[in-house]
Amino acid sequence: MSDQFIFGIEVFLNGLMAGVLYALVALGFVLIYKASGIFNYSQGVMALFAAATLVGVMKGQVPFSHLINAIFGTDVHYFGWHLPGIVGILLTAVVMILLAWFVQRFIFRHLVGQEPIILFMATIGLAYFLEGFSDLMWGSEIKKLDVGLPQGINTWIDETTFGIFGYGFFIDNLDIVATVVAALLVIALVIFSQYTKQGRAMRAVADDHQAALSVGINLNFIWVMVWSLAGFVALVAGIMWGTKSGVQFSLSLIALKALPVLMLGGFTSIPGAIVGGLIIGVGEKLFEFIVGPMVGGATENWFAYVLALIFLVFRPQGLFGEKIIERV
Amino acid sequence: MNDMSTEGYVTEDGRKIGGVLMEMKDISLRFGGVKAITDISFNIREGEIRAIIGPNGAGKSSMLNVISGFYIPQEGEVWYKGARRPQMKPYEVAQQGIARTFQNIALFEGMSVLDNVMTGRLNHMKTGLLAQSIWKGKAEAEEVANREKVEKVIDFLEIQHIRKTPVSRLPYGLKKRVELARALAVEPSLLLLDEPMAGMNVEEKEDMSRFILDVNDEFGTTIALIEHDMGVVMDLSDRVVVMDYGKKIGDGTPDEVRGNQAVIDAYLGVSHD
Repeated sequence: MSDQFIFGIEVFLNGLMAGVLYALVALGFVLIYKASGIFNYSQGVMALFAAATLVGVMKGQVPFSHLINAIFGTDVHYFGWHLPGIVGILLTAVVMILLAWFVQRFIFRHLVGQEPIILFMATIGLAYFLEGFSDLMWGSEIKKLDVGLPQGINTWIDETTFGIFGYGFFIDNLDIVATVVAALLVIALVIFSQYTKQGRAMRAVADDHQAALSVGINLNFIWVMVWSLAGFVALVAGIMWGTKSGVQFSLSLIALKALPVLMLGGFTSIPGAIVGGLIIGVGEKLFEFIVGPMVGGATENWFAYVLALIFLVFRPQGLFGEKIIERV
Repeated sequence: MNDMSTEGYVTEDGRKIGGVLMEMKDISLRFGGVKAITDISFNIREGEIRAIIGPNGAGKSSMLNVISGFYIPQEGEVWYKGARRPQMKPYEVAQQGIARTFQNIALFEGMSVLDNVMTGRLNHMKTGLLAQSIWKGKAEAEEVANREKVEKVIDFLEIQHIRKTPVSRLPYGLKKRVELARALAVEPSLLLLDEPMAGMNVEEKEDMSRFILDVNDEFGTTIALIEHDMGVVMDLSDRVVVMDYGKKIGDGTPDEVRGNQAVIDAYLGVSHD
């Protein structure tokens, strides 16, 4: 086997892992879009906010400490505790549920029945608000996030592949964890939406608001629930990306990478988000590996968008999206 | 016969009609300066088929929307099961056992017929989220019980052959029937039908009439329906409210209403000289 081919396999595997992380972000979009028709631009910032909150809670940082100190002339920074990762995650999940309630109560409840573009604009506003709020609450410096996930090269894979190919694959432990977590998350979401009363109600709301009301479904409750779920998915994405590259502003930009994933997979499909993520992840890594050297590299920046563009021309509803049929 | 005792009455075909289930008292509804409903009062008795008729724009649908909580009247009181109903959201009204269908069909297009009808059972499911996900014991028994009720409704309305079909693929007449099935699955105390026969051909209308009568007969469901096809209504209903320009112009048995001069004028037009 040629060296090129073996390299290719390693690139492919790494692409799959990167794809899982893209899929995690895309999932949050799909959840909200399905249930309320809102394209939530702030999903990426929610991941940033979740990760920053997690760091702050674990370190025992006093929220809004800069503001408090500036107003009252005090000098508080830390509560003086260090929480284990799992406790921090649970507390952050509670914060994300509160955020969901806040978003529903103060923004989208007042915009029921508005045009999609207005809802979209509202989420842009939410994104900027949340970004500033996050900085104000926890500070804007780059933070290190460590909830105890394994990191670094997986030596078992390295040694095994070395034994077979005479070349050890570099696969990051964190990527493996992310893959497992994403798989569990998707299974849980599918079970939830297919087999529980709340899941059935969620699908009903996604389909027709009036009909949902007429069978006694509380729309506000379902929306808070969906935003909470999206917040939880954002938290998971925030943990993975935050652990990988630190909690910083650029984390919110992963939302932009989720866009081509959604166009590929379809805005309304959970499996679509996963498959779309994997295709983009693998596609951009392999493209960079094979075509990159011929065109001077840096193809990863644009490959996903060009692929999405091609999809928009030939299959606008995505791979798994609902087919749009206008009846005449 | 219009002035019936609180004890109810017996119809010509021998069905027993009970006491007052719902009472509308002096309802007025305005949209800005437009008066949709002016000072309307009437009641619905347990077990009867009550029709609200009137020409286009008479305010029939508005009335139904007031009953089901989609519109909130500026004036008047709604009494349900002997108590005054406070202002409620539509989903709360539904939870009280008032089910409805819509004039232009509101179904969950992406779901199968079975799933659509199952949503009617949502408020009958009480087990917690965790139990449902893990899918054992109580949750399972509950799911089975609900499923049985739903299958009964599906059999009753003769839609077994399409139970797995996505609703979006069904023709109009069948969609109307699925919507009725979903409302029936709720096991409502009061069933509201908004123009159940609009846009149907003669055969479909006959089918729908038969189902409405059977539902009332078999389950004893109280039904309030809106229709502008006079013929159909007169054959179906026990008592009829007639509306025109947002006002009540007649109330009584089909025969009484048919002889009412105001009703004849509203439907046939009258020369103003």
